[in-house]
Amino acid sequence: MSAFSLYRLWAVVLKEFVQLRRDRLTFAMMIGIPLIQLTLFGFAINSDPKHLPLAVRSAESTPYTRSIIEALVHTDYFTLVRLTDSEAEADRLLAEGKVQFVLAIPPGFTRALLRGEHPALLMQADATDPSATANALAAVQQIEGQALTHDLTGPLAHLKGRAGAFQIEFHRRYNPEGITQYNIVPGLMGVILTMTMIMMTALAITREHERGTMENLLAMPVQPLEVMIGKIVPYILVGYVQVAVIMAASKWVFQVPMEGSMLLLVVGILVFILANLTVGITVSSVSRNQAQAMQMSFFFLLPSILLSGFMFPFRGMPEWAQVIGTALPLTHFLRFIRGLLLKGNDWALAWPHLWPLLLFILIVMGVGLLRYRRTLD
Amino acid sequence: MTGQEAIIDVRGLSKSFGDKVAVNQVNLKVHKGDIFGFLGPNGSGKTTTIRLLCGLLTPDAGEGQCLGLDVLAESRRIKRQVGYMTQRFSFYEDLTIRENLDFVARVYGMSGRKAAVDEALHQLGLEQRQHQLAGDLSGGWKQRLALSACMLHQPKLLLLDEPTAGVDPQARRDFWDEIHRLSGRGITVLVSTHYMDEAERCNRLGYIAYGHLVGEGSPQSLVEESGLVTWLVDGPDIHRVADELRQFPAAEQVVPFGNRLYVSGTDEKALGQALRPLMQQAAFHVERTEPRLEDVFIRLMNTSREERW
Repeated sequence: MSAFSLYRLWAVVLKEFVQLRRDRLTFAMMIGIPLIQLTLFGFAINSDPKHLPLAVRSAESTPYTRSIIEALVHTDYFTLVRLTDSEAEADRLLAEGKVQFVLAIPPGFTRALLRGEHPALLMQADATDPSATANALAAVQQIEGQALTHDLTGPLAHLKGRAGAFQIEFHRRYNPEGITQYNIVPGLMGVILTMTMIMMTALAITREHERGTMENLLAMPVQPLEVMIGKIVPYILVGYVQVAVIMAASKWVFQVPMEGSMLLLVVGILVFILANLTVGITVSSVSRNQAQAMQMSFFFLLPSILLSGFMFPFRGMPEWAQVIGTALPLTHFLRFIRGLLLKGNDWALAWPHLWPLLLFILIVMGVGLLRYRRTLD
Repeated sequence: MTGQEAIIDVRGLSKSFGDKVAVNQVNLKVHKGDIFGFLGPNGSGKTTTIRLLCGLLTPDAGEGQCLGLDVLAESRRIKRQVGYMTQRFSFYEDLTIRENLDFVARVYGMSGRKAAVDEALHQLGLEQRQHQLAGDLSGGWKQRLALSACMLHQPKLLLLDEPTAGVDPQARRDFWDEIHRLSGRGITVLVSTHYMDEAERCNRLGYIAYGHLVGEGSPQSLVEESGLVTWLVDGPDIHRVADELRQFPAAEQVVPFGNRLYVSGTDEKALGQALRPLMQQAAFHVERTEPRLEDVFIRLMNTSREERW
């Protein structure tokens, strides 16, 4: 027997090709993953988000303030979504994440402007994600000198001056120093939970099918719901252990603030863990073997990481990508956890991010139960 | 020990997968305390029939009772009273022996779980090894563990799907002794098998081929009703003789067995004529013998195939 035979090598290569062709899902993955990645990275991801929602809290409305707002919108970085005169409302919008910026125009601004007092405007930014606001804030600085060029003519032309007629002060709320870790570390908790929870449970039911123990389980008087919940419970505990590790690291290693209530954290995480576990269980009741279950969970994981706002600003993505992102539990969890840790959101402010998760659980659990095979048919 | 109470009584049981009919109009009656042997070639529908009986599969058609409960409407209640042992070991290899039994006992909601598990371990003789992983057990022990696990909730009916496939002769004998003990206690057993010696240990047999139940009865009656005549030929150069005999249509089955030849057929006269030349040679010893169950089953399979095509 020769040491290396091309003929024998060919035999193995040929066999691999035949098996590969039979394994449709792997084949689809090999074609599908590059396509998905191309689409996501090529079209969906944008690290220079524009048209960010802006609320203006203004005590007055004069041609000058209107020009300033117009100039802001004109930079393409802002979309005016709300005009209000209530400070409380503006704060709430920022805390809920409904707007990313609040421009505050103080009372008497126009008067001070015309007197040449160089009055200041306050631009508050939700800086939980520093990278999402950096470019927009840079654009704001540009308009200081230019916004009122057309308004300040004739006798008022001198007001333009060298330093500009007014100035804009920045306030980076929730993360004044723009520390990236504050954004990444809580987000990482969501990513890690998504990854481990889905994969671990995805394997759970498939393993029973693959090892032949499912036949036995089905022959016994166990209800599908009992099997599903029974398989989920141990992983909830595993999830909390992971959370404890990440929380400890974020507190002592990364010094991430912890503004909100601990109880809310525990409850919110439970909801998120459940959402992921139901995905895992459903994946595993649909797939035929463990390899398929792994591949399917990977299919879910990729958009979760890219489209949830974890890696790239959510508002930077085109509409269709935001729609997909909104359907993913991680998106809502990121808003919840960042809001809780950095903004100190309370129950009422957290609720808008929790009910989508609950809805998600209901829908996915329903699909899973429908697909769970009570018999071997 | 065979009572008259029918434990399984189903009629017209059918099941298809796609356009393949796995079980076709099967009528089955098994009485209390019976050891009903279920035989048939691979893919003939044995496993499917058993799964239909224990509610793992939903029949396409058919009606009847299992343990006095309707097989269609009450499959969940049937599950509680049936012990089903799968062809492949289907308990958890990564749990210990005791943990497996504990799990089963809990699923059936047994009161006095610890005592029941202790008793099962005692009867198995596995008390010393109760903390070993089930996956480390040999094939024979796995089968005994599986049997004991599916007996734990004290079912009245045992469905065993090829329980002794790949198990050594001694373990098989022990296994069958246990089945007879259970039968003696009034438990009904339906067992599928490929082994003829096991078939002979059943008091009733059913033979299924291509989804049809083609023969049913006690081993003796199946042999008698088969109409087969079997001759035993002993002599030199048995394989050449076998080839020669196969030329005669009357010699339907010519089976070499060691140095001997079993020749069977249904046409007694023609078979006798085919064998006459051999009888006249001194080197050969030719005698009538009882047809063996295997020959009966092969004949059942062949005739059902002829009817099919």
